[in-house]
Amino acid sequence: MSGISGKAAIAGIGATEFSKNSGRSEWQLACESVLAALEDAQIGVEEVDGMALFTMENNPEIAVARALGIPELKFFSRIPHGGGGACAPVQQAALAVSAGIADVVVVYRAFNERSGHRFGAGPPPFAYAYNTDQEYRNWINPYGLLTPAAQEAFLARTYMHRYGATSADFGAVSVLSRKNAANNPKAWFYERPITIEDHQNSRMIADPLRLLDCCQESDGGVALVIVSAERARDLPHPPAIISAAAQGIGPQQISMSSYYRDDIDKMPEVELTANQMWAQSGLTQNDMDAAILYDAFTPMVLLQLEEYGFCGRGEAKDFIADGNLEVDGRLPINTHGGQLGEGYIHGVNGIAEGVRLIRGTSVNQPTKTLNNVLVTGGSPVPHSAIILSADR
Amino acid sequence: MSDPTPRTAVPNLIITEDNKFFFDAAREGRLEIQRCADCGELRHPPGPACPKCRSFNWDTIEASRKATLHSYTVVHHPPDPSLTYPLAVGLVDLPEGTRLVADIEGIEPDELELGMELEVGFGEHAHGEILPRLFRPGGAA
Repeated sequence: MSGISGKAAIAGIGATEFSKNSGRSEWQLACESVLAALEDAQIGVEEVDGMALFTMENNPEIAVARALGIPELKFFSRIPHGGGGACAPVQQAALAVSAGIADVVVVYRAFNERSGHRFGAGPPPFAYAYNTDQEYRNWINPYGLLTPAAQEAFLARTYMHRYGATSADFGAVSVLSRKNAANNPKAWFYERPITIEDHQNSRMIADPLRLLDCCQESDGGVALVIVSAERARDLPHPPAIISAAAQGIGPQQISMSSYYRDDIDKMPEVELTANQMWAQSGLTQNDMDAAILYDAFTPMVLLQLEEYGFCGRGEAKDFIADGNLEVDGRLPINTHGGQLGEGYIHGVNGIAEGVRLIRGTSVNQPTKTLNNVLVTGGSPVPHSAIILSADR
Repeated sequence: MSDPTPRTAVPNLIITEDNKFFFDAAREGRLEIQRCADCGELRHPPGPACPKCRSFNWDTIEASRKATLHSYTVVHHPPDPSLTYPLAVGLVDLPEGTRLVADIEGIEPDELELGMELEVGFGEHAHGEILPRLFRPGGAA
């Protein structure tokens, strides 16, 4: 163990409902989720002194602090790259807490991503800014690669061609997620499982990606409370110790379109992050008892299983078919139903599920003891991940 | 009621000192690739420096416009008014050693095959921009 490993913990989680039309402002969703997380942690609102957010978060720390009467913030930090960076605000929080810069850091993500701007509809509002950050769109958007699904399809096709994976192999991830969601009363797709035939009959969005390969678009908010491991031990819930927290950008990386590398279906930024997971924690992939893998699109679950070393290159389809990802399998994943089944809160709802798995309170809690849970951010964009561990 | 003349979602090109050559050449029907003037390495998409030797000196070469299909997608949804659907989009290897993304015209989606030979031509895209488009060999206007 090194650096920040073991020094901070997620002590509180909170969320709004996940819906298609929240009927209230994104600002209110952010405030509701923050209050729920603090209530869960049994920490007073006035004690919050730090916030770490996505750059894409539309509800700035200054607005939430004002709305909730949080008197002082000593630490505030933003991380780019959307869901790829989903776990990185937790890293920021752990860094701040372990360095003594702040004592109670809140992470939140809240949006009306279905009733407001839909990520699946086309480029987001900031895509029209005239700057280097958006210049990469010159090389994809005019040709019709306007959505994440379309931008990711080249990788999926190459992967299928190289390893013989099929659309049905991708569909297995969707079927599993919807099975898990069917047990989760908080999931949008509660009690609505699908079959592989449903997947295969769903309409093509960007070949080879079908509708049921794509995550939902959701309204909602999720918040997390990060404090020192020492403090977390005195709070009501068993702490989810942050054993590792890392980010990664790989060689010649371009947002959603790193098409100019030798192998476009490899994601060196994910491998870079994985290596930091093991180095920081002193653990290996064999020590991971469950995982929350970022599932904006089903092929990425297969690719991430391989980049994190849970199976060999091209073997993910067999690893899945052998039942390893089922709730009582070798590596249960996305027990909340994932973003395919529960809701799409940009990966932060997956971090909350990681905490529930460590607490033993998932609606699909595996029967085995869980010591370590890997939670990953999205790909193929700059990546992030954390390992949450039980305090034993 | 749907808007009778829906507007494209494609952002305007971001043209800078680093990439202007590409768009100027495309308007004249030439496909150009940026080349490091010191070490000779080609690069695409363009940038201010050579990632290999870090030189800021560069010129361009004119590409043969030959291409091989490296990967592709066929986009169905959501459609953009600047393009025709189903829309095949290809990632191609150029014999010069760089890659290029462009939409594919005149080939049925079920005829697309990885490794097939294509040709880079040009066509009008969103906002009236003349940009690369992929065709069968000899099929470019």
